[in-house]
Amino acid sequence: MTEEKTAAEQCDEACEANERIQEELKFSKIKVKPVKLTGEINIPDLNPNAMLGVKAQLLTAKEMLEHLGYPADGLIPNWKEVFLRKMDEMLKKYRSVKLFMDICVKCGACVDKCHYYLGTGDPLNMPVARAELMRKVYRRYFTLPGKLFGSRFVNGSDLTEELLVTWYTYFYQCSECRRCSVFCPYGIDTAEITMAAREILNSVGLVQKYLHEIIFKAQTAGNNLGMQQNAIINALEFVQDDLQEQLEMDNIRVPIDEEGAEVLFVTPSADFFASPHIESLYGYAKVFHQAGISWTMSTHASEGGNFGLFIHNYEHMKKINKRIWEAARDLKVKRVVGGECGHMWRVLCNYSNTMWGPFDYLDPKYKRPQHICELTNDLLNRGALKIDKSANEEFIVTMHDSCQVARAMEMGGMPNGQFEIPRAVIRGVCEKFVDMPEATIRERTFCCGAGQGLLGDDMMATRVKGAMPRMQAYHYAKQESGVNFVALICAICKAQLSKMFPAYGIAMEEVGGIHQLVGRAIVLGAKESV
Amino acid sequence: MRTIDCAGKKIELDEDGYLTNLNDWSEDLAKMLSKEDNLELSEPHWEVINFLRSYYQQYQIAPMIKILVKEIKKTMGADKGNTKYLYQLFPDGPAKQACRYAGLPKPTGCV
Repeated sequence: MTEEKTAAEQCDEACEANERIQEELKFSKIKVKPVKLTGEINIPDLNPNAMLGVKAQLLTAKEMLEHLGYPADGLIPNWKEVFLRKMDEMLKKYRSVKLFMDICVKCGACVDKCHYYLGTGDPLNMPVARAELMRKVYRRYFTLPGKLFGSRFVNGSDLTEELLVTWYTYFYQCSECRRCSVFCPYGIDTAEITMAAREILNSVGLVQKYLHEIIFKAQTAGNNLGMQQNAIINALEFVQDDLQEQLEMDNIRVPIDEEGAEVLFVTPSADFFASPHIESLYGYAKVFHQAGISWTMSTHASEGGNFGLFIHNYEHMKKINKRIWEAARDLKVKRVVGGECGHMWRVLCNYSNTMWGPFDYLDPKYKRPQHICELTNDLLNRGALKIDKSANEEFIVTMHDSCQVARAMEMGGMPNGQFEIPRAVIRGVCEKFVDMPEATIRERTFCCGAGQGLLGDDMMATRVKGAMPRMQAYHYAKQESGVNFVALICAICKAQLSKMFPAYGIAMEEVGGIHQLVGRAIVLGAKESV
Repeated sequence: MRTIDCAGKKIELDEDGYLTNLNDWSEDLAKMLSKEDNLELSEPHWEVINFLRSYYQQYQIAPMIKILVKEIKKTMGADKGNTKYLYQLFPDGPAKQACRYAGLPKPTGCV
């Protein structure tokens, strides 16, 4: 009888804990005002807890949570036990995470490198302080002095509900862009710490909505938008009809599921839905057409992006990536080319082979996927595309390096290819190109402010504040050189900046894709004779 | 999550103000939601909303913006068939704001 009562009491306690956490993490709309653009990026005054109120929305849809293998009813009763077990698993499975726990010397080189810190002044947005949230738990529970003498002895943290709230808040204010890692003398990749922390939070039932809803849709419908097959076909057929009508050519095509095509082309589903993304799709089609390369899109692999990268759970990433290789095999293509998508490139180029390779069914000349910029650049170099740069004469173009491409491995098999190749494509189709200040581009590029699961409307406050460094750099280039167009190769950057530009007082039309510019400048067969 | 009283019925909306149950939609509800944003729905707004709803019935997703623009061009004339006009009608963006009034779910992904 007594035991039963204790069990009931325990249950009540767990329910109350869950209710308290749900209340703490409740989403509330916070409006923030963008700062005035001056062209300068200054280190802000400290503003403790400035962003404590900004919480990413929790996922509550049971069907999705169950599919993803996460607890479906919020915080689980035995959360402390599961938290530590998961953290132990992360430390063992990802040796880098363990190393990053041990080697930080708190030199502070990363402090003013994070766009979220620069934009908010909240000390917990300093990369070292964010990582310290995990290091404190590590010291308390995973080192001998911590285990023996407790948290005060090692400056550690005990597991409390307050700690959960802080973790959830600030690990969803890191966009895993890895800019801080570039400056770390030890090469600590704070993004990996965030990824591990998010997966630990998932295991106890604190699952963020935007990111995980998309992982679910990518695994079930095959794309981030959750578009069904008939909708994909309708959208792509529309693009084909529109191109044929505009160009007065009936042979330009946007092929779908065509077996035996040379290229399987994968791109973010945003490219056949949103604006300005869609403009690049017109550009891709024109490149393939003009080069005479047979290509196809796939309704099975209808997404290039892979949100599985954003949490340390390779199973999710693998499942999403698998569709691409199934489609490549089934459609008997010779190579895979990826469109304008940041993390797609990192996963597709850097991880595909270890997940589903070797791809011995592809043409041995193209052992790994190519980036569309690589393909277009090669065609431009060989003179295979007829270009009229005057089509873009109204633009003075700059380029925002997307974090996931800039800090992925490379592009085109050449060092710094991920910086040089996209720029070469822009220069190949535009007369006027100007870079933004050096410290804000290439390997030191700033995140757009919405990467890696922070693009939802719930994150508008961090989006506005985190975009500040990029906006200042763009403003600088605008004042100095009259720049009026920023060319992008990432769907998240496109969605974020086309919203942030107007917020900061700049026209939305100044944001677009590199292949939007390519598409405008290509002179196609039929037009020549006109 | 919140509820809104519409014609004597309690209707559930999610955190972003989108319908939880798509069958709860009515013209009155669209009017109520737009009123909260200080927006009066006029004839062109309804053209967009009705088109979104019929497209959604067929494809379970909102149409891409170019499809919407083309439709508007067809029904309202060439001068209105552009994205700028749609943003004039729905300042928060046609994909999100118009979908919300039309009772469609919020689009996900990199949009």
